[in-house]
Amino acid sequence: MERWRTYGFVAGFLAVPIVLYTVFVISPYVQAFQISLTDWNGIAARPAYVGLDNFGRLLGDEVFWRALRNHGILLLVLPIATIVIALFFAFVLNLGGGARGPGMAGVRGSGFYRVVFFFPQVLAVAVVGVLFKAVYRPDESGVINGALIRLGMEPVGWLIEPDLALWSIIAVMVWQAVGFYVVLFSAGMAAIPKDYFEAAALDGAGRVRLFFSITLPLLRDTVQVGWVYLGIAAFDGFALIQVLAGEKGEPDGATTVLPIEIWKNAFSYSKVGYASAMGVALFFLTVTFAVLTLRTTRRERIDL
Amino acid sequence: MTPDSLRSVRQARSSRSLPADRPRPGVLNGLSHAALAVWALLIVAPLLWTFLASFKSNTEIFGDALQLPGELRLDAWGRAWGKAHVGRYLLNTAVVVAVSTFGTMLFGSMAAYVLARYRFPGSRVIYYYFTAGMAFPVFLALGPLFFVVKRVGLLYTHTGVILVYIAYSLPFTVFFLAAFFRTLPESVAEAARIDGASHTRTFFQIMLPMARAGLVSITIFNVLGQWNQYLLPLVLLARDQEDWVITQGIANISTLAGYEADWPGLFAAVCMAVLPVLVVYVVFQRQIQSGLGAGALK
Repeated sequence: MERWRTYGFVAGFLAVPIVLYTVFVISPYVQAFQISLTDWNGIAARPAYVGLDNFGRLLGDEVFWRALRNHGILLLVLPIATIVIALFFAFVLNLGGGARGPGMAGVRGSGFYRVVFFFPQVLAVAVVGVLFKAVYRPDESGVINGALIRLGMEPVGWLIEPDLALWSIIAVMVWQAVGFYVVLFSAGMAAIPKDYFEAAALDGAGRVRLFFSITLPLLRDTVQVGWVYLGIAAFDGFALIQVLAGEKGEPDGATTVLPIEIWKNAFSYSKVGYASAMGVALFFLTVTFAVLTLRTTRRERIDL
Repeated sequence: MTPDSLRSVRQARSSRSLPADRPRPGVLNGLSHAALAVWALLIVAPLLWTFLASFKSNTEIFGDALQLPGELRLDAWGRAWGKAHVGRYLLNTAVVVAVSTFGTMLFGSMAAYVLARYRFPGSRVIYYYFTAGMAFPVFLALGPLFFVVKRVGLLYTHTGVILVYIAYSLPFTVFFLAAFFRTLPESVAEAARIDGASHTRTFFQIMLPMARAGLVSITIFNVLGQWNQYLLPLVLLARDQEDWVITQGIANISTLAGYEADWPGLFAAVCMAVLPVLVVYVVFQRQIQSGLGAGALK
């Protein structure tokens, strides 16, 4: 009796969340896989089943490969740049002040910097896009070029040079992401017992040594989590690229990524089947990345 | 001890803590302070520039970027609020986010609670069913989602967007809150049970208040995440401009600024979109950062 009452309670609490989640999250994902095997245009009542044709076409699509190349660059540069910068700041903010009083402390002003660094994280990507459109303007009215001209240098076409545009966009992503990882790594560093640092400092280890010999090895798990998050972010980038570079990934598709192509195919060209095939490709890329990262970097945990 | 030997001891000590082959802390300190200051400047500068640009004229905006506005013009703020409907967009966003965050927290904490603290057949499966949602790229679902919402008759409505926001926030919310509920002591729940409180009552009157710290952090995350959501409304609220949320409005004003040549209006609109977020952030930054740290490490 009591058991059944408990089950009734459990079912009652789970019913609404499961229904909402199944209808709006899981069912679209499942449908995406089905649709990717059809030539559906979003209107036809009975779309024709075309097997793996969409995927065959994908492999011959130059734009698809360009998007993949851009994801490759993002996947390498975004995590490395963000993690290196964030680790440096997290270390300085938490332990950079050296042994002060009992245990280690951050440099002066740590609290202030932490608040400022994290702020871009709470800004909407659409807003960030508008901000950096102004920052990157190609003439003296751009914030960077205005400063460059003051210093007697030539203005740079940050978003209009095909070779430069993607890098300018990655810089914005790093700008926005660093604060989050500073906080993440700070939490990781706070979990390292203070005696480790004190013992090492007594043995004459400097701050550089403290970082590489103690902080980094003990922070491995946290860095790995960060790496996976950033890698998954590298497979997106839609909103920022759409606002900064337009729907085609200007200049001339140089900055395009899969989400941009999915959007274009599904909602501008009505090629829902083909767009879904791209979505499925994106899904397998993301999952492969996450599994590979977690597998290859797994190691014995260090127990504190 | 002679003064000489004292000095040598002192030297030995100082050379022990400061070997010559390492940069002196002064240099290192200076460098780290410079790096911190530069990064802070990189973050503040675009925001400050945008704020100042909202008081500039078009000519000033297209002139030297490092010039201050010639006079304090407030008309762009008025235009952005009225003509560009920023007021309307902010109101829409506030209503949508208030309802959807409440729904997310209610349903998310209910699901997380039973998954974390009750043993029943299939509980692991359901837990993974929810958290798997964090791994899927939203883009995969986007096309079909449009048609799902259309079929249930909620396309281009705030109700539709609210339900979709709740559904897409559940994986994250369930994951973090389940971790949180697991840390709460069993003894209190048991005491309540012995006193004859029903499961539902135990949850709402005892467990929820105990989980307040976790609930506050996750609520703020959901508020910010849903306030900044761009992709879902772009698909689900595409039709009527009256129903748009703030991110759609900003992206649209940004496109229009090129045609209508109202750049100060655009920057005033951006400021209006940022200010509420800034206030929430400054008030709650402690909870945001501690919640994030605690949650992400579980």
